Amino acid sequence: MMDEIQKRILEEVADLHTVPEGAYNIRANGVSAARSTTANIDITSKTGVSGIDIRIKPGTKHESVHIPVVLSQSGMKEMVYNDFYIGEDSDVVIVAGCGIHNCGSQDSEHDGIHRFYVGKNAKVKYVEKHYGEGDGSGKRILNPGTEVYMEEGSSMEMEMVQIKGVDSTYRTTTAELAAGARLVVRERLLTHGNQTAVSDYVVKLNGEDASADVVSRSVAKDHSYQKFDSQIVGNAKCSGHTECDAIIMGNARILAVPQLEANDIDAALIHEAAIGKIAGEQIIKLMTLGLTEEEAEAQIVNGFLK
Amino acid sequence: MLTLESVSFEVQAEKGQKEIIRDMNLTIDDHKFVVITGPNGGGKSTLAKLIAGIERPTSGRIYFNGEDITDKSITERANMGISFAFQQPVRFKGIQVLDLIRLAAKKQLAPADACQYLSEVGLCARDYINREVNASLSGGELKRIEIATVLARGTKMSVFDEPEAGIDLWSFQNLIQVFERMRERTDGSILIISHQERILNIADEIVVIADGQITGQGPKDQVLPRLLGTASAVDACEKFYQGGKQ
Repeated sequence: MMDEIQKRILEEVADLHTVPEGAYNIRANGVSAARSTTANIDITSKTGVSGIDIRIKPGTKHESVHIPVVLSQSGMKEMVYNDFYIGEDSDVVIVAGCGIHNCGSQDSEHDGIHRFYVGKNAKVKYVEKHYGEGDGSGKRILNPGTEVYMEEGSSMEMEMVQIKGVDSTYRTTTAELAAGARLVVRERLLTHGNQTAVSDYVVKLNGEDASADVVSRSVAKDHSYQKFDSQIVGNAKCSGHTECDAIIMGNARILAVPQLEANDIDAALIHEAAIGKIAGEQIIKLMTLGLTEEEAEAQIVNGFLK
Repeated sequence: MLTLESVSFEVQAEKGQKEIIRDMNLTIDDHKFVVITGPNGGGKSTLAKLIAGIERPTSGRIYFNGEDITDKSITERANMGISFAFQQPVRFKGIQVLDLIRLAAKKQLAPADACQYLSEVGLCARDYINREVNASLSGGELKRIEIATVLARGTKMSVFDEPEAGIDLWSFQNLIQVFERMRERTDGSILIISHQERILNIADEIVVIADGQITGQGPKDQVLPRLLGTASAVDACEKFYQGGKQ
């Protein structure tokens, strides 16, 4: 059974108030707290290493898998491997997420490696939320690694959100796309205090008409540091776009490194990066609507990350 | 009622101080539709910003409904009942039209109620309510949304800084109707900075500002005839308003 703290964290990372519908695996403090499978979606524990295999049968439509992770024990460190085998022609939603509550003095750390094998013409929506809380001096550390292998005609939309409370993150995402595959990534990030967040992407467009759109919107406050390193490699006739749009505040630092590599004459690749503070006129406009400067700033940041 | 008492505003220029507004005295009465006109660089926009609190006078006092607001912040003045529509509306990534109208109205309006304000400025509300107030909107659309935020506030004093700037003739034609309706319905004062004859034509009172000073002031019928044909009262396009008829 999960306690109240774990339930609340679960709500933050997976929008779950009770146990979810469909297949799920809830991991709390290093052990599986609850699991459910369906006729089309099977979840099994790995042997030898921590983690699970999620197998989705070909043709599975409109089903969801929730695999949230909750850490509420200070000093807990874990490394988890989750593999997703998504059958051909299926159409599914996968919700992952990790929340850490650390009120102790030891660091808590969750390192997760997610591998996705997306079958032909399958469609996946993947949502991953990170959240940290607790007033202990121990750090809350999350290092997610994601590998995506997409077969012909498949599509995947990834929504990665980290808004609050994670002290240190090093995210690596790699993807390889076969012909006609499409990958869309929407990353939203807010760092504050002395947090650091590094996000590296390497997306290889290997097949004809593969396409990728990798977009990050972020806000860095206080003394935090962010690095967004996004590389798109065009190895065939393909199209790729990557964009980093960041608001910088206080004494924060941001490094944006969009990179493009074209190895084919018909690779069409675009990158954009913009970093700037909140425009003074935006604050003034909201003040003329009766908001204080602080309220105006909060509205602008919330809107930007929505 | 808004009163400016000996208001001056100076800025630092290359050759010492430059006076943008000089010792200006002006009263805007309740329920009046007042248009301020005059040549470019004469201080009109600065005057609007002084009223909204975006700029502070170098000397002189500003009173709103009898209260001295000279040292009040933009936020305080807004909450006392002064609204300001920007000449160049501000864009916000991620903030939707509905969000902005809710912020203006200071309540969680139902989308249907927010739509009413958009309809009033001639926008098909359904198409706009969930749009972001970003670069995907045209100048004319932004301008109307800006005006809708002022309508949603429903304050005693609404200041519009050159509503015609940056919009095409077709949009301008519709904008006139928006102001005509506003004139009929509002129970507050409306202050518009404009060069457009069609806007001057619906004014109760016209104030002409040049070189930081008031050079003419009075009822429309007295002031407008003197302005016609000058840069202070531009006819956007005579043929356009006649619908292309000869």
